[in-house]
Amino acid sequence: MSDSHRPPRERRRFLAKGLGLAGAAAALAPIAGRAAAPPGAVERPVPADPSKVPGYPMDDESYGARSQFETEVRQRYKTATNLSSWTFTPLQESIGIVTPSGLFFERSHAGTAVVDPGKHTLFVHGLVARPRKYSMRDVRRFPSLSRLIFLECSGNGLTEWSKPTMPTVQGTHGLTSCAEWTGVRLATILNEVGVRSNARWLLAEGGDGAAMTRSIPIEKAMKDCILAYGQNGEALRPEQGYPLRLLVPGYEGNMNIKWLRRLEVSDAPFMTREETSKYTDIRPDGKAVQFSFEMEAKSVITSPSGGMQLEGPGFHEITGLAWSGRGTVRRVDVSVDGGSTWREAALQQPVLPICHTRFRMPWQWDGKGTAVLQSRAVDDTGYVQPTLGQVIAMRGLNGPIGSIYHLNAIQSWQVASDGKVSNVHHY
Amino acid sequence: MSTTTERRAWVAAAAVAALLAGCAGAPGSGERSVMNDNVDAAGARTYGFGQPASDADLARFYSSLPDGRDLPRGSGTVAQGKVLYEAQCVACHGENLQGGLGDRLIGGRGTLVNADAAKAPVKTVESYWPYATTLFDYIKRAMPLTVPDTLSDDQVYALCAYILARANIVAADATMDAKSLAAVRMPNRDGFIADPRPEKFPSPDAAPHQTLGIAPAAK
Repeated sequence: MSDSHRPPRERRRFLAKGLGLAGAAAALAPIAGRAAAPPGAVERPVPADPSKVPGYPMDDESYGARSQFETEVRQRYKTATNLSSWTFTPLQESIGIVTPSGLFFERSHAGTAVVDPGKHTLFVHGLVARPRKYSMRDVRRFPSLSRLIFLECSGNGLTEWSKPTMPTVQGTHGLTSCAEWTGVRLATILNEVGVRSNARWLLAEGGDGAAMTRSIPIEKAMKDCILAYGQNGEALRPEQGYPLRLLVPGYEGNMNIKWLRRLEVSDAPFMTREETSKYTDIRPDGKAVQFSFEMEAKSVITSPSGGMQLEGPGFHEITGLAWSGRGTVRRVDVSVDGGSTWREAALQQPVLPICHTRFRMPWQWDGKGTAVLQSRAVDDTGYVQPTLGQVIAMRGLNGPIGSIYHLNAIQSWQVASDGKVSNVHHY
Repeated sequence: MSTTTERRAWVAAAAVAALLAGCAGAPGSGERSVMNDNVDAAGARTYGFGQPASDADLARFYSSLPDGRDLPRGSGTVAQGKVLYEAQCVACHGENLQGGLGDRLIGGRGTLVNADAAKAPVKTVESYWPYATTLFDYIKRAMPLTVPDTLSDDQVYALCAYILARANIVAADATMDAKSLAAVRMPNRDGFIADPRPEKFPSPDAAPHQTLGIAPAAK
């Protein structure tokens, strides 16, 4: 359950300011003396005055690394085995709407597969006129497209049903991320093989050790699914399914099959393990909702958020992310009094369908008593993000983690009079 | 992957083809001129990339439907499954199929109806899985975790038989094959409903609201 991690940059800054200049220098001193750089960075000597010496020289060939002062990392949920596990994106540090590829959340069921693209083949068969196989070179020859799309695990927030559990937004909401994906429309490939008229479902299978499989309605496959080989301007990361993954825009993360090796067209769903025993939502009456695909409208304030420390009364920008698997975020409301009153937040352009949307609201904190910060997304279908009380009243609470999946309730952060921010239930 | 050279060669070849075709200047037709110009029955263009997938290509893949279509030949008994289970599965799923590193496999009947927020329903193959064919499908492709896709079809049928027998779903001397496995009626077969979302929520409770709990601070 622990998602403790290095102090976020933000918090370190707050602390440093609180300590004054001498204190700040002392607080930063241990960082300069670290034995190793943070993941993804290279440790370099830090001159007293960078304007008095040349910097490090440019390499003839390079890939690039982040600053050694940036410490945010994905955090793994401590499942029994790290071969079937997940990591959370550090949303508390997020800026803009794109998740850096190295911080994009992960979920795998038999480790991260290592696949040679030169040997990888995609097979397409079943109820089709012309079963075919495609090398990665073949896949890349088809007309391509790029699109910014969020991906969210439907288990995002599963610890938060019956009591506030994870201390930070990384733990409560870090199973959503957003990237620019590039690939081929699945409809293009399905047109190549000639889908038969009795086709209703499509099985997507991964080439990893779990051979992950999910059934996808053929209408959705034809509508907007993408066979993606690109992520944020380069090839997919291994943990995102290199060299090829399926994207099912707006549907739960598990359906976006990674290391995609096979598509089988059928007249019925295959009833795989994941779509029967796992990603189904059991209710108190014992019945479980099946094929709950859409990720519904949701939002969260990423700053200030749990674990942060406000340095004092005065101006603070409230900012966060909103998204909807059913369409475009139309409005985000923010409350600083636990939902009694709401104000409309500003939305940062671009505001795109099935994409993270950044919202902001200026806040003058008086530092008296406690404030409870909430955000509420409304999408272009008119759907309003519900309170936790509404969700529980509708779906019931049949265990500490309820029906596990698809918790899209309003998140509350309590700001105490001393500036400490905590994850609370408040409705 | 060194596709750059490949792509350059392709673009060059396509440009020559376009010039030869003499239609590169026609408005809106520039793209057509550099593509394979196959058109399917519905009038949509096809590109013809890739190769036909043969039965031999597809033989290594496996997925059955819940009615048993595409289940492979072969069979296995509960007794055979017990031996296999104890050799290959017990480390993660436990001597009594109670789970550990892997999921709990049996028990939990009668726990699914539950409105107690303090205790969770026990979801196992026995109590929750709607189709026995899923068991074959999953074991065949994904188990054992450290050496997936290594069991023969006979072995997978035997493991299905053993787990289903320990779950009191099939007899202790049962043999599972394509026909008998598809015929198994799982206890929770009718336990699933369609997605009722988007839900129509009644208005939230009138303010003021209350703080009902606070998470422990990060360590």
